[in-house]
Amino acid sequence: MLGKLSWAAVPLDQPIPMAASVLVVVGIMATLALVTAKGWWPYLWREWITSVDHKHIGVMYVLLGLVMLVRGFIDAIMMRSQLAIAAGGAQGYLPPEHYDQIFSAHGTIMIFFVAMPFVIGLMNVVLPLQLGIRDVAFPVLNSVSLWLTAAGVLLVNLSLVVGEFARTGWLAYPPLSELAYSPGVGVDYYLWALQISGVGSLLTGINFTTTILKMRAPGMGYGQMPIFCWTALASSLLIIAAFPILTGTFAMLLLDRYLGFHFFTNDLGGNAMMYVNLIWAWGHPEVYILILPAFGVFSEVIATFSGKPIFGYRSMVIATMAICVLSFMVWLHHFFTMGAGADVNAVFGIMTMIIAVPTGVKVFNWLFTLYGGRIRFNVPIYWALGFMVTFVIGGMTGVLMAVPPADFVLHNSLFLVAHFHNVIIGGVLFGAFAGYTYWFPKAFGFTLDERLGKAVFWCWFIGFYLAFMPLYALGLMGATRRMQHYADPGWQPLMLVALVGAIVILAGLVLTILQLVISIRTRERRRDLTGDPWNGRTLEWSTSSPPPPWNFARLPQVEGIDAYWEMKQKRKESTAASTEGQLQAIWVPKSSAIGFVTAFFAVVMGFALIWHIWWMAVAGLVGIVLGALVHAWRAEDEVEIPVETLAALERARPGAGAAA
Amino acid sequence: MSALEATGTSAPLPDYEIPFSRRGPAATRDVVAFGFWLFLLSDIVIFATLFAGYAVLSGQTARGPTGVELFDRGRVLLETACLLTSSFTCGLFAMSCVKRIRAATYLWGAVTFLLGASFIALELSEFARLIAQGAGPTRSAFLSAFFSLVGTHGLHVTIGLCWLLVMLAQVATLGFRPKILRRLLCFSLFWHTLDIVWIGVFTIVYLGAH
Repeated sequence: MLGKLSWAAVPLDQPIPMAASVLVVVGIMATLALVTAKGWWPYLWREWITSVDHKHIGVMYVLLGLVMLVRGFIDAIMMRSQLAIAAGGAQGYLPPEHYDQIFSAHGTIMIFFVAMPFVIGLMNVVLPLQLGIRDVAFPVLNSVSLWLTAAGVLLVNLSLVVGEFARTGWLAYPPLSELAYSPGVGVDYYLWALQISGVGSLLTGINFTTTILKMRAPGMGYGQMPIFCWTALASSLLIIAAFPILTGTFAMLLLDRYLGFHFFTNDLGGNAMMYVNLIWAWGHPEVYILILPAFGVFSEVIATFSGKPIFGYRSMVIATMAICVLSFMVWLHHFFTMGAGADVNAVFGIMTMIIAVPTGVKVFNWLFTLYGGRIRFNVPIYWALGFMVTFVIGGMTGVLMAVPPADFVLHNSLFLVAHFHNVIIGGVLFGAFAGYTYWFPKAFGFTLDERLGKAVFWCWFIGFYLAFMPLYALGLMGATRRMQHYADPGWQPLMLVALVGAIVILAGLVLTILQLVISIRTRERRRDLTGDPWNGRTLEWSTSSPPPPWNFARLPQVEGIDAYWEMKQKRKESTAASTEGQLQAIWVPKSSAIGFVTAFFAVVMGFALIWHIWWMAVAGLVGIVLGALVHAWRAEDEVEIPVETLAALERARPGAGAAA
Repeated sequence: MSALEATGTSAPLPDYEIPFSRRGPAATRDVVAFGFWLFLLSDIVIFATLFAGYAVLSGQTARGPTGVELFDRGRVLLETACLLTSSFTCGLFAMSCVKRIRAATYLWGAVTFLLGASFIALELSEFARLIAQGAGPTRSAFLSAFFSLVGTHGLHVTIGLCWLLVMLAQVATLGFRPKILRRLLCFSLFWHTLDIVWIGVFTIVYLGAH
């Protein structure tokens, strides 16, 4: 009746997981109780859960990313404190089987449920606004994407309370992840959570690519698109081309585990190396899926706060698209040691070095944008400058490891761990925070606290260097990744420094939350009524903050790059009131519960499959299909916003609302 | 009338001097078709992954039966004929939809369904025969890859059959409104794509058996 599920699945005998799960359960219960007590459910359901407005969906994505950042960080600080004490004969406080789950969960969560939602959230909020349009191409699908991602998050967190998580590392290499060596439900949690959220990511990629290629404001050709839109396009194209590989590969592993197939098993002809090739054919583009939008954020931030158009727009676009293509040709550098042979390794080593070239072009473009600019030192530019220093170091260690003989020494060492944290924290995370601070006033209509914002930046910046520079050294000294304890007490001082770094980052995380709380409480003082708090250049700043559900009462007419900047210049030149076209009624997409309903049944199905509760899996599938059918027959897809409403809003905000 | 269509009509008529890329948001039909094309491309990437897996594992028979010993090419040719003909009738179906002729739509929809269902029936009977011979997917890596690739295609056709039934019901209840016509367009794109994938399967798996 309940498959493999029994009370034994709840870790009553292990104090640390039990405490963690009690904390999670109490936290969720407290939140639900608060929402119920305050009577917020109807509001939440109407305005957020069933919303198909890209801005609301984007905010929920970012929130999801922030919450999971806390979860992933708790894993990180547990690992750092374990390694700070488990030197010589000491075993620390985390037994190996638990430690293995923690590093697997940390990697999985940080990539799939922090970086992805954060980046996709920013794209959601900003893309349609920058393109000067009213929504993404498929608003309801957008909501489905969000909730499927949330479904994956829920399953990963359920593994904390019921059962266990994978002990196989964040990519679950076979044969370790095969049934023979991982008979528990950990790998199944991993696989189903990522399959479900992966569908969400794929749909997002399709949605954004269509939006960017088919739905720009009149006058906005490819050569007038803001750089962030270009990077979002490159990222979305990569999602479309790469995520199906992940889905296919995980499907093969699932067939091995559930139906006794032999894709990656040790016997009957299975080939574990094929998994490693396939997973990195997704995995390497994935890092560019994350970093390219971050590059886009920095391009916007640096241009805005330098008061100059981006230097070398064309070369920036070419570099972005070059990275997009090249990212599919370097995957083998993740496993030079696997024995593909010197020739193959050499080709991939050289390809890896080549991909550093367009990235270098971008760095120079940013530098030349700053050069001669009138730089305003607000929080987003702090992140941008910190990124440029940090990311270049990370890039250089990457090129170092692209040399196959060097990689034979450094493979799977803490040097590698330091490298990829260097680029992911210094690149993706700094970019996410820059975008978060930069676009927060657009999404909510008030700015975040500057002083706390700078404190957050310094904590992350200093904390990062303290936490990861020692790891480079330790890696060169021979320390490997994924070790739960080590024999050489000589490594301990550097491990302690790394722990201090993690604690400084913890302070940054606490200050992030504090900044949010304080900014919300003092929002009346920090309201931005202009819609353009940073003297911005692109169209998102031309509408009110927060924008109305339809973004623009009239679609803006674009004439060049930095469309809004040009409009502002023109407005200064001509004092005559611009002759604007008549307002027309707008149709906005109607809210829909289908995203939430689909994700609910996806969780039911995923959970049932993990625990082999077959009847429940069928029920979940039937639920998804029925939901889709009901949706297919719904009568109305859109609601009309009459001209009077638009006109009233326009009168309330003279001069600002209609930029065109 | 959708938001997009409203937008399309509100914009001034495109001046022929303006390049396509600068004429503003495309019509809903174009947006939907384009998005669905992208979905199909992503689906093809899944098949590419399975093809790659098959290419790597096709020689790994683990001393079990090989493709040449197992496959009945005459039968597969019949399957292929069913599927390719169904693509032709699907084209007729799509044309009847565009012309909004209900009777022809139901007729060609039904013929397409029957041909697709025959394909699935033939495929399932092949699978059953192989499993009965002890050549199921658990026998060797080659057979794992074979069943996954061909089975995934079969699963797609099955989903297509269900979708076709739903679309016929939608035509019957909602009529040929723009939303339904867009969905019918997506369905026929999906159906033709499965044909293209099948040509790959037929060539690489069956004709290329060694």
